[in-house]
Amino acid sequence: MSDNSSIQKDNSQIQDVELAVSRWLRVGVLISAAVIILGLILFFIQGSSGYPGDYYPHSLPEIFTGTIHMKPYAVITTGLILLILTPVLRVAISIWVFVREGDKLYVIITSIVLIILIVSFALGKA
Amino acid sequence: MFSLQVLLIAILAGIVGSILGLGGGIIVTPALTLLFGVSIEHAIGASIISVIATSSGSAIAYIRDRITNLRVGMFLEIATTIGAITGAFIGGLIAPNLLYIIFGLLLVYSAINMIKKKKGDHQEAVEMHPAAAKLKLGGSYYDKAVEQQISYNVGNVYGGFGVMYGAGIVSGLLGIGSGSFKVMAMDVFMKLPLKVSTATSNFMMGVTAAASAGVYLLRGSIDPHIAGPVALGVLAGATIGAQIMQRMKSKTIRMIFIPVLLYIALQMIYQGMGLDK
Repeated sequence: MSDNSSIQKDNSQIQDVELAVSRWLRVGVLISAAVIILGLILFFIQGSSGYPGDYYPHSLPEIFTGTIHMKPYAVITTGLILLILTPVLRVAISIWVFVREGDKLYVIITSIVLIILIVSFALGKA
Repeated sequence: MFSLQVLLIAILAGIVGSILGLGGGIIVTPALTLLFGVSIEHAIGASIISVIATSSGSAIAYIRDRITNLRVGMFLEIATTIGAITGAFIGGLIAPNLLYIIFGLLLVYSAINMIKKKKGDHQEAVEMHPAAAKLKLGGSYYDKAVEQQISYNVGNVYGGFGVMYGAGIVSGLLGIGSGSFKVMAMDVFMKLPLKVSTATSNFMMGVTAAASAGVYLLRGSIDPHIAGPVALGVLAGATIGAQIMQRMKSKTIRMIFIPVLLYIALQMIYQGMGLDK
């Protein structure tokens, strides 16, 4: 631990990154949770899912129009989609903060992660 | 009633998942299939959601309190995401039985390593790996259990990267967060403190799981009636768990972690030998 001072310096630099990522993550999580809760409340008030039988929407256009019409299952699913997007948002925000801090190495590393993530999304659909 | 019961199980899953860095799938999947008779397809869909919820719910506190090592997480995420793609490809090519056994044995190996390691809350002396120094992977965190700022070095970057690639393959093949491998890569191979390992594993798991969650959603595996309450419960549980973990002794976490690890390992070997059919 001879380079303790350099570790301390690095820590103060990445403190900003951490606070920014944590703050945005909280916003994403709160919004998605609020939408899921809204959907569940609608479900209990209306006493139905908004769809016949056990059916629930699972294509994007169907979820989107269902949400506009405030169909409970569509609203819950929209909340779940927002939740799924929070980790992606986390990576994207990290890139932005590393850019602002001028940490080129980690801008590259984090960008690679985001690109691979997008590729895996595309591959998954095929 | 169903929603409320699912919610309660999910809170428990979130607490355990965030403390151990395992994502919560190990509780959600068996609870839904065995207790509630949910089909395995919908249970896996809910499990993926629970991994993301644990990750995002606990990451808020872990990142703010600087337990998570963001650089280690981002760097290793390259290995897991490429591994996940590899896993999705070879999934159709080879029988996963052999892989189940290999990975099961790897987990047993790491459990034994963890038992042998008598380290408490202080890190054993670790030489900073040259690659770790170049990548600025070292760090420090404030441990609320021992009320001390703990600085640490990072060893064996290549070994950790390799195990992470394997963890990614397992994720892609089985559609799980494979947090046990992530914690193993960081704790056993790279010699990070256990708390940093579980917090960073939690952080990474959401990113890996998000890649497959979209597919599960469009395929119709994510039933809002099940996944909705799971998401809310796990988010709440993970937020609580992230507070509890920081006040726990590393030794206690290790004592919970090792049996869980052995359980997952034996289950994988069991499945690999085809004994579950």
